[in-house]
Amino acid sequence: MSNLFPDLQSEAPPVVIADLHKSFGDNEVLKGIDLTVQFGEVVCVIGPSGSGKSTLLRCVNLLEKPTKGSIQLLGADMTDPDVELNQVRTHVGMVFQSFNLFPNMTALGNCVIAQRQVLKRSRSEAIEIAKKNLELVGLGDRMDYHPAKLSGGQQQRVAIARALSMDPKVMLFDEPTAALDPELVGDVLAVMRDLAEAGMTMIVVTHEMLFARDVSDRTIFMDGGVIVEEGPSVDLITAPSEKRTQVFLKRVLDPTHIEDSELGETEPD
Amino acid sequence: MSVLPYLKPTVRARLGRLASYAVGVVVLLLVVVFTDWAHIQKVFLNPNVAAQMWPTILTVALKNTLIYTITSFILGSILAVLLAILKITGGPLGWAAAAFIELFRGIPALLTIFTAAYVIPIAFGFQIPGGGPGAGILALTIVTGAYAAEIVRAGIQAVSPGQSEAARSLGMTSGQTMFWVVLPQAMRIVIPPMTNEFVMLLKDTSLLYVAGFAVSEKELTTYGQDALSTTGNATPLVMVALAYLIVTLPLTWLVGRLEKRLDPKR
Repeated sequence: MSNLFPDLQSEAPPVVIADLHKSFGDNEVLKGIDLTVQFGEVVCVIGPSGSGKSTLLRCVNLLEKPTKGSIQLLGADMTDPDVELNQVRTHVGMVFQSFNLFPNMTALGNCVIAQRQVLKRSRSEAIEIAKKNLELVGLGDRMDYHPAKLSGGQQQRVAIARALSMDPKVMLFDEPTAALDPELVGDVLAVMRDLAEAGMTMIVVTHEMLFARDVSDRTIFMDGGVIVEEGPSVDLITAPSEKRTQVFLKRVLDPTHIEDSELGETEPD
Repeated sequence: MSVLPYLKPTVRARLGRLASYAVGVVVLLLVVVFTDWAHIQKVFLNPNVAAQMWPTILTVALKNTLIYTITSFILGSILAVLLAILKITGGPLGWAAAAFIELFRGIPALLTIFTAAYVIPIAFGFQIPGGGPGAGILALTIVTGAYAAEIVRAGIQAVSPGQSEAARSLGMTSGQTMFWVVLPQAMRIVIPPMTNEFVMLLKDTSLLYVAGFAVSEKELTTYGQDALSTTGNATPLVMVALAYLIVTLPLTWLVGRLEKRLDPKR
């Protein structure tokens, strides 16, 4: 794919997060996150489970309401009660760990419904765009299938096509391959890689360290609700400077290897 | 008999079953032998009486029963969806919906029908249009709405929250999300309990007699009771029971097929 999104290059940063806090009851999950994403940038967020990385992503388009802090998304202040969230969300695609396809619609129907209802596109235009995107993710021959008849990898690719059909300026991925059988992960990652190479702005919460290293421009390591370390992906994954990042990456990349020095250590929270 | 304590449990169970079958057969034989079949046939299955009911039992009584049932069911279902959404949304309207549901689930349907037919005209000087049937349909709509609201609410809440999140992340409003994504899935979940509700409603139309009927407005049970008193014979009650069954039995079968057809895993 060549650059499909040339008009998005030279604008102000689409995502600017400042001092973001989020608590569930007494449990503070995010403890002050600052993050700016430039147009065309691909940012991966890694970290142990419970580190707040999914919550961070869900705060970006306000699926979770932040407790404190500000989120600028495509120039709109998402925490301002006067901002029409639906309007902003239209331009921000989201892909979920559990796909969340609409089971009562075909793959094509999943990609058409929001185009018709939200963007008010004509039926023929919406179908044309949906078909184009389903072909883009390699499912041109599965358009009339219901989600239950598709494999997990195929469902997730439909979910990506559904998001792309809204012509998003930013794509958010919440552990898109975590629920997939290992042999199906590759197809989904390949689609995401194509998107990244085509210039899409992406924030990807993931456990796929090799995808982060090879595809993303920048990687963020989160632990305990804060950003512990961030930097160019190759540097962060191959030569992390923080101790916590080193321990995490060692565990993820080589789960069976336990160093003697680690055995006596207490777990980082 | 000394082997009895050493028998396997399965063997003992088989002996027990055999004994109960034997008792059942004996009782059945006694009933068959001592029953006055000729008398029963004359009182409950009298062909002459049955012939007199033909065809009005279908063209008037069953037709009216179906009209009352289907009208109240459709209106009641719409009311149920509204009440369920209000209750889930919460706020003052949610409280009002909850109070409405609790009130009309808590009092007998007969009282609601009576209120619609007599209390409202006396209290407000306002006659509900459609006479006895009109007031009755209104009352059954309210009762069905109150019962089905809880069914629909459970159905809506059984749809995975991820479905709403996906719809909202595409920029759909909460209304669009409800109408296009959540309700269609909730409908599939509520089909079995709503079928139950329909059958209950069908039988509750027999309470409408308190609202008062013209002859051409009578539903099955009132019609049967009238025929019972004019003929002095119980055959009409058997006929009426059969008329209810020719609606409910095919309905159950149809709904089973519908459920299979709507199953996304088919």
